[in-house]
Amino acid sequence: MEPSLASYLALSGILFTIGCVGVIFKRNAIGMFMCIELMLNAVNLTFVTFSRYYGDVTGQLFVFMVMSVAAAEAAVGLGIIITFFRNSQSVDVDDASILKN
Amino acid sequence: MFAGLAIASAISMVYHKNPLYSAISLVGVFISLSCIYVTLAAPFIAAVQILIYAGAIMVLVVFVIMLLNLDDDKPLNRLRYLYALGGGLGVILLAQTLFIFYAVMKAPNTPADQTMTAGKTLSLGRAMYTEYLLPVEIVGVLLLMAIIGAVILARRLSQPQLELVVEHELELEHKADH
Repeated sequence: MEPSLASYLALSGILFTIGCVGVIFKRNAIGMFMCIELMLNAVNLTFVTFSRYYGDVTGQLFVFMVMSVAAAEAAVGLGIIITFFRNSQSVDVDDASILKN
Repeated sequence: MFAGLAIASAISMVYHKNPLYSAISLVGVFISLSCIYVTLAAPFIAAVQILIYAGAIMVLVVFVIMLLNLDDDKPLNRLRYLYALGGGLGVILLAQTLFIFYAVMKAPNTPADQTMTAGKTLSLGRAMYTEYLLPVEIVGVLLLMAIIGAVILARRLSQPQLELVVEHELELEHKADH
């Protein structure tokens, strides 16, 4: 028997919650970055689920877009993290406060 | 089963202090999600999930972790109310999830069309290059911008070097004036 629509949505919601809580609890920038990836994946799961249940290809296309944007974000985000580490010798987001007077 | 695996990996990712263990748990999440995509009749998305997320992005993350030689996460010395905030947000989101679950369960159950071909690579490619051509090209430009941005960010240019570059530019401009 195939699982229902609701179970996929519940899984997506639970993964999103875990990612969201992780962003708040993690201190290190890479940890936060990975939690954001987790949230993006949760949303992708919702897209694919609805695409399946409506028989429409658009949802999967947008999953593809989200993945491309995530890849771009990964490249730029990790570049920023490396630059930040070079300047301050840490990846702790609490150390990123030089804009604060 | 894959759902349980995904949730367990996600929790272990948030729980582990060492970023490398978190990264490996995240790979577990990606792989179980990819299996779920196969059960949702989306083989192309499943393959791309493995290739892009588990392949490209995680390799990048693991490289950065090793390059920076990160140690364990130190205990949180941020303001304490963040714990309360995070916990509250988690509870609210979970309640929302359960509410959606309940609402969808109550709605009439429409079985998915078993004969549809929406997940096939052919139909996906056709939609991508006819109906959604403009978004696809925009994504291409975005990726190009990301490459350039990453190269500029990661390039090591110290202050004297920067001054040299600026001086050179000024000189060229000066020559062009004459």
